[in-house]
Amino acid sequence: MALQAIAFYLMAAVTVAAGFCVVSARNPVHSVLWLILAFFSAAGLFVLMGAEFLAMLLVVVYVGAVAVLFLFVVMMLDVDFASLRQGFARYMPIGLLIAAFLTAEMVLVASTVANQGAAKNALNPAASGTGSTFSNAEAIGRVLYTDYIYFFQAAGLVLLVAMIGAIVLTLRHKPGVKRQIVMNQVLRTPKTGMTMSNPKPGEGIDA
Amino acid sequence: MIIGLAHYLAVAAILFTIGVFGIFVNRKNIIVILMSIELILLAVNINLVAFSVYLGNLTGQIFAMFVLTVAAAEAAVGLAILVTFFRNRGDIAVDDASMMKG
Repeated sequence: MALQAIAFYLMAAVTVAAGFCVVSARNPVHSVLWLILAFFSAAGLFVLMGAEFLAMLLVVVYVGAVAVLFLFVVMMLDVDFASLRQGFARYMPIGLLIAAFLTAEMVLVASTVANQGAAKNALNPAASGTGSTFSNAEAIGRVLYTDYIYFFQAAGLVLLVAMIGAIVLTLRHKPGVKRQIVMNQVLRTPKTGMTMSNPKPGEGIDA
Repeated sequence: MIIGLAHYLAVAAILFTIGVFGIFVNRKNIIVILMSIELILLAVNINLVAFSVYLGNLTGQIFAMFVLTVAAAEAAVGLAILVTFFRNRGDIAVDDASMMKG
């Protein structure tokens, strides 16, 4: 049990510290790298809770896809990031004030809910050992593909729309580049593709 | 020392607040704003999974998965908009992006 506490405090501290570095780093590339660290340690927290499937999903989706996407974009754009930091010091005090209030309120509500509210009798599955006989991934699969199948399909649709949207937004046809247009090729007939001429002998065709 | 539900909720609350704070202080840099939104969604996911585990109900984890999906879609579309914006303006300062008013 002590080991669990040590692991929790370690990963929670790393998550929070990395999260703070994300918003305060001078260089956005460093921000992305801190974001990756935050996701990794959050995945560690998920494992600690017993949600292994979600943890692996977090690593694959966030670290493997989203963070790398961020990294690509940050490195692709040639921006003077120093000028974008104007106003950081100006908004710092009010931001800290609101952050302090927000944290205090949320922690208060969280501890109340956990100790007296709806989750009062919440059991720690790791401690009580009343977990199901399935693994976490199997248990998720059993409900995801039955009770939540329509939501699952809708999630796929959301991803499809996002993919098409991102492609449409960023696709750009440069002028002056010859490209194959299959429809024009298919619609070509002898009438449009060929001209008949009757040249005089010795003069040739002026093409 | 038993790590209970309140511990995880506190971590999620702090992470959420860091995300809000990041939006506050980086008002010009839309890339960091997008990363702050990712942090906020991560905090929400931690909340969902913590409640799911401690209440013994898998629905929270399913919902966290959908939040993850939407977060990935949002990041992709947001960054695509950002790239288009950069091509049109040569700059990503969003605090004076009022030219879209028409």
